[in-house]
Amino acid sequence: MTADAIQREGAFAKAVLDADARVPAALAGRDGRRPVRRFAVYRNNVYAGLVNALAGRFPATLKLVGEEFFRAMAREYVAKTPPRSAVLFYYGGDFPDFIGAFPPASAVPYLADVARLEWAWHVAYHSADAEPLSQEALAALVTRAEDVRFVFHPSARLVRSAYSVITIWELTARDGENEPGRLPASGEDALVVRPALQVTVRRLPAGGAIFAEALMAGETLADAAAAALAVEPEFDLAANLAGLMRSGAFIGTR
Amino acid sequence: MAPSANISQSPIPPRGGVGLKPEHYRDILDGAPDIGWFEIHAENYMGAGGPPHAYLTAIRERYPISLHGVGLSIGGAGPLDADHLQRLRALADRYQPALFSEHLAWSSHETVYLNDLLPLPYTQDTLTGVCDHIDEVQNAMARRMLLENPSTYIAYAETTMREVDFLREVVRRTGCGLLLDVNNVFVQAANHGFGATDYLDDFPLEHVAEIHLGGHAEDADEDGSLLLIDDHGCAVPDPVWTLYRRVLARTGPVPTLIEWDNDVPTWSALFAEAKRADGLLGACSMSAVPELMAAT
Repeated sequence: MTADAIQREGAFAKAVLDADARVPAALAGRDGRRPVRRFAVYRNNVYAGLVNALAGRFPATLKLVGEEFFRAMAREYVAKTPPRSAVLFYYGGDFPDFIGAFPPASAVPYLADVARLEWAWHVAYHSADAEPLSQEALAALVTRAEDVRFVFHPSARLVRSAYSVITIWELTARDGENEPGRLPASGEDALVVRPALQVTVRRLPAGGAIFAEALMAGETLADAAAAALAVEPEFDLAANLAGLMRSGAFIGTR
Repeated sequence: MAPSANISQSPIPPRGGVGLKPEHYRDILDGAPDIGWFEIHAENYMGAGGPPHAYLTAIRERYPISLHGVGLSIGGAGPLDADHLQRLRALADRYQPALFSEHLAWSSHETVYLNDLLPLPYTQDTLTGVCDHIDEVQNAMARRMLLENPSTYIAYAETTMREVDFLREVVRRTGCGLLLDVNNVFVQAANHGFGATDYLDDFPLEHVAEIHLGGHAEDADEDGSLLLIDDHGCAVPDPVWTLYRRVLARTGPVPTLIEWDNDVPTWSALFAEAKRADGLLGACSMSAVPELMAAT
């Protein structure tokens, strides 16, 4: 189409995202008046649709701060970072970072990490399917365990937090309380994986995240264990490896 | 991806169908309801895997589906998103939909996706642009597309063509078919001050291969006059059923979808709406030969 058409469309797009913008001059109202209310329908549709999409994939984050706060925060995010793809699954990946840098949310310091956990859950839900290694295949690996490298399930994600993010997420999802009660003082690391149709969130033991991170980066079992031990002297290789195996995180070796 | 071995190419029957919602996956698989077909929003099945594809695969083995895109931006001023078109084609190859439709609207500008069906002016210039896009889509998809009439809240000063004339000309130039959304006609008529029946009398019904029915909400303009919002958030209202009967009297039975996308009801409430459409479709197939069929 013509340059005029692109300009007309751009003016509409800009005005629909900016609540303070005037209604584009190209639009005709009844009796020659500017169709302010009518244009606002589009603005509301755009914002409500995107805010609802975020509310749907960050439900615990929403519960922690309440509907009104969440919607106002999400609205600011939408204005600043509208989607770049018509596939809305991809929308919201940097919302946790936005929350972390959003001053009004600083009173809830773990909020961004809860959002990171929810995003990992969302990505795992829609990720490619793959068959985890069977117990037999895993048992057969014992003979060459030292230099084995694992291929992770495409859904597998690590979320590391200085807060007890899994406990907060579980309590929020279960009770719908705004403020979780007793919380562990230490941080929690999560392995999120969807071995079949259910997304699972696994709390990693001490050193487990460093171990899993090294394995995900393609290091051998021996090197990954050494990396974990270097940081966490109490790292239990057998327990960590068994946990990852049970979670269905491995789909192959190389 | 190759289509599943268990899906047949059976066409969509001229019966009531509903939009497929995750809330109803289990009701459908466990209850095996006697319903003609399901429609999917293409963009909801563009993830790599997981439960959406697992359920859709199982449902597709039991029912025909139609593929309804909401993100292609057919009415956009810029070029179509080639990646998005590719994703649509992959989805069609995998699930073999019997019908494929998109909207007379735009939703993306340059790299920003606005997630709404936005209006365009009807001019010779936009007509050319829309037809070029539809040619490109039909080539890329290797199948015929149905174009859906929109619901809008505003009009453009530069518009020179009536919507029905615009649609008729698009069909003539591209060979696409039409998806008639009766609720959109009702909303358009109220919002722009014309008669819904006049619009339908001029509509090129002979090219309609699918019908949508849905609900809308009532709001008000600055001067207090009625403004209808196409929100698909309730049952099909009686005046829309009345218009639908009027359309069927002329077209004969056409596959008819109940759209209820917000405040999603229970499966039984949605199914009852499809049954109501089935009743009217059955009645019209047994009554006198519809006027369009008689004319051919």
